Amino acid sequence: MTKPQHHHHSLERCRTLIAQLNDYLDGDLPPDLCAELEAHLAGCPDCQVVLGTLNQTVQILHTLDAVPPPLPADLEARLLARLALPSVPARGKP
Amino acid sequence: MPGLIINLSIYADEAALLAGLRRHDPDACTCLVKRFAPLVYARALRLVGDPDDAEGVLQTTFIKTCDALPNFDGASSLGTWIYRIATNEGLMLLRQRRPQVALDVVAELLPADELPQPHHSWTIDPGRAALNGELRDQLAQAIAALPEPLRVVVTLRDIVELSTEETAAQLGITPGAVKVRLHRARLRLRDLLAGYLGFVTEDDDDQTAAPPP
Repeated sequence: MTKPQHHHHSLERCRTLIAQLNDYLDGDLPPDLCAELEAHLAGCPDCQVVLGTLNQTVQILHTLDAVPPPLPADLEARLLARLALPSVPARGKP
Repeated sequence: MPGLIINLSIYADEAALLAGLRRHDPDACTCLVKRFAPLVYARALRLVGDPDDAEGVLQTTFIKTCDALPNFDGASSLGTWIYRIATNEGLMLLRQRRPQVALDVVAELLPADELPQPHHSWTIDPGRAALNGELRDQLAQAIAALPEPLRVVVTLRDIVELSTEETAAQLGITPGAVKVRLHRARLRLRDLLAGYLGFVTEDDDDQTAAPPP
């Protein structure tokens, strides 16, 4: 159940490079390390899957607020009531 | 009863909405709330993690927005401006709630990451994912369940979409600490999505792959 799934020769290598995947996705990884990572990825299907799914996770997070859930009605009513209080500037009223 | 019924289309244009707000038209205020409050609340809840606190952030955000309207220069959109006020209010509440040092220490106490299970590859169209309410709910719950240092960082970086440097400055931590926390948060959320989508590893000799809960 808990055995490692990265089957090939160097789990330590996977561990090191996975720590760099976010920088890679965010475009923050220096070019020399990018080349090193890409060389590893080319021969490591498991790390490819981690990278691909991590990338999609980030893409989904970016869209998470595209359609926010409606504000609960009681909460909206309390907000509108609060905004109607006199502490809100009421310039222009006689 | 879903709030007041007003004709939102009269303020469809942002300039008209601003003009209405500046002459204190109650319909303009209602329109402002209807248009921006859902996202302000969703983000506040994600940042502070507690519905009562999030409502406090929501109310303060709109009170400050209304107070500051005479100074709004239109350099950004009204929405961008309001969401920035909301983020600042949420962060201020977090800072008041706990000593700053706790935010830093907790992350260091988290166990080192295990090597991520690759799971099977999966593909979701992010556009469709945005419309998948169940997926969004699952993800929102998973974010809510993250330890606060991870939750706040992934919210600021991946949802509010601040840069690493902006996030570090807002939280008073180093960019390196932001990256470590973001990495841990993303890996956890990736695991959740993999589980939700039902793709579990089955390339060993295990006879069956457990179905998602």
